[in-house]
Amino acid sequence: MQNRREFVKEMVAGAAVLGVGTKSAWGQGKAAEKSKVVIVRDAKLRTPGPAPDETRVTAMLDHAMQSYFSAQNPVQPWKQVVRPGQVVGLKLNSLGRMLSPNVALVTAICERLQQAGIKAGDIIVWDRGSRELETAGFKLSNAPGAVRFLGSDTEGYEETAVSYGSVTTRLAKILTRCDVLINMPVLKNHNIIGVTMAMKNMYGVINNPSTMHGSACNPYIADLNMIPQIRQRVRFTVGDMMTAVYEGGPSYRPEYAWNEDGLIVGEDQVAIDTISAQIVEHKRAEKGLNTLQQKGTPLTYLATAADAQHKLGTNDPARIALIEQRIG
Amino acid sequence: MSVERIVVMKKTLWRKGFAIAGLLAMVVVSGVGCKKKIADPFPASGAVAGWDKGDKTQSYDATNLYEYIDGGAEQYISAGVVGVSTSDYKFQGSLEATADVYTMKTADGAKTIFDADPPTADSKSVQLGDAARLYGQSVVFRKGPYLVRITAFEAAPGEGDALLALAHGIEGKL
Repeated sequence: MQNRREFVKEMVAGAAVLGVGTKSAWGQGKAAEKSKVVIVRDAKLRTPGPAPDETRVTAMLDHAMQSYFSAQNPVQPWKQVVRPGQVVGLKLNSLGRMLSPNVALVTAICERLQQAGIKAGDIIVWDRGSRELETAGFKLSNAPGAVRFLGSDTEGYEETAVSYGSVTTRLAKILTRCDVLINMPVLKNHNIIGVTMAMKNMYGVINNPSTMHGSACNPYIADLNMIPQIRQRVRFTVGDMMTAVYEGGPSYRPEYAWNEDGLIVGEDQVAIDTISAQIVEHKRAEKGLNTLQQKGTPLTYLATAADAQHKLGTNDPARIALIEQRIG
Repeated sequence: MSVERIVVMKKTLWRKGFAIAGLLAMVVVSGVGCKKKIADPFPASGAVAGWDKGDKTQSYDATNLYEYIDGGAEQYISAGVVGVSTSDYKFQGSLEATADVYTMKTADGAKTIFDADPPTADSKSVQLGDAARLYGQSVVFRKGPYLVRITAFEAAPGEGDALLALAHGIEGKL
């Protein structure tokens, strides 16, 4: 877009090429690199109406992806995330009609995936509950040859449990059916662990998330994301920050919601969560609220996820190459 | 009938009586302090001017609350939630809202949840139940062991008055 203003805090040269086909994970050979995180905001996202404009949502997605991958067109980035023949899951974080991944955003990703060679029938948009998906605005469908919209409550969980550290759980069958997972969380405060975004969304791919909220979800979040079937599949995160919640979350609370009107994308989920926490903290300060640390909900899980045992990514801002751009 | 047989029958009756009385006592004792969820705390369509109730009322208890408020259940569980009932409403055919009625074990539990929410610049305390706060698009109040939150999904003129009216309708059924 010609009228865009770019605020690049730190440019990182070269395209990031993901381990397509090799199922590599962050941290394997990337520890010395900075983690790239791209945020794109659109000041005119809600014009003309109060809801995000579908065309502008797609433009924001394309801008973010092309910036992240230094790509010349909107399809090229997705060819670095997936390859034809793969089953691709879009794991949503559905928290009601007002705080769930935007329908236009999900639709746009499905289109780009198909343009990148993924068959429509090999794309599964899913979450833990069918009702949650419907409430978020998606119509359930399992029609062959079309993009599927499914809940784990109907598709079920694997019989055999898997474990890592503090976590023993059964994985959603939809997860194990997918070759690649696109993580699609939403930005929100969480009354136990401060802020949740990318990593905690994996609580929605298991059968027993309610058992993992003790000790501020630490080390559960990190341990869960270490489970190979999860870690190997989560290839990319597209976080929805169009509407976010800075207090009273994780449910939608209009009194504490604001329109950030942006997307955050990247491979490193720890880095994305770290930046997301900063955004919420900034908003809380703006509203005169105490910090998450003062509130007693520090994000202790970030350090665990970044530690030498887990190496899921970095929580060190100095090691995050944050690129913030504005369009519109 | 012999005297011995009558004595045995009386003893048996006494034993049965004690057993029944014991059972009744257990039932009474177990019921003390156990807050039951209100069967239907939601005003029917038209009971509050302008408000129509959705078809479904859904209920969750402490064991499956996370299905309703994913990730948010722990706060309620630690405060002693018994369960929640929820229903959708529509005001004058357009403004949509959701009403949640949480039943806590104690009034302190409801206060804990109520007090956890800081006021915002545009919120104000209102007279309703034991304590209440009206925000731009929502109203929250507590009454005894009940914590009620009504949330509208869009801003609309006169919304605050409409939300308060519905809140009063629910409060009257608690």
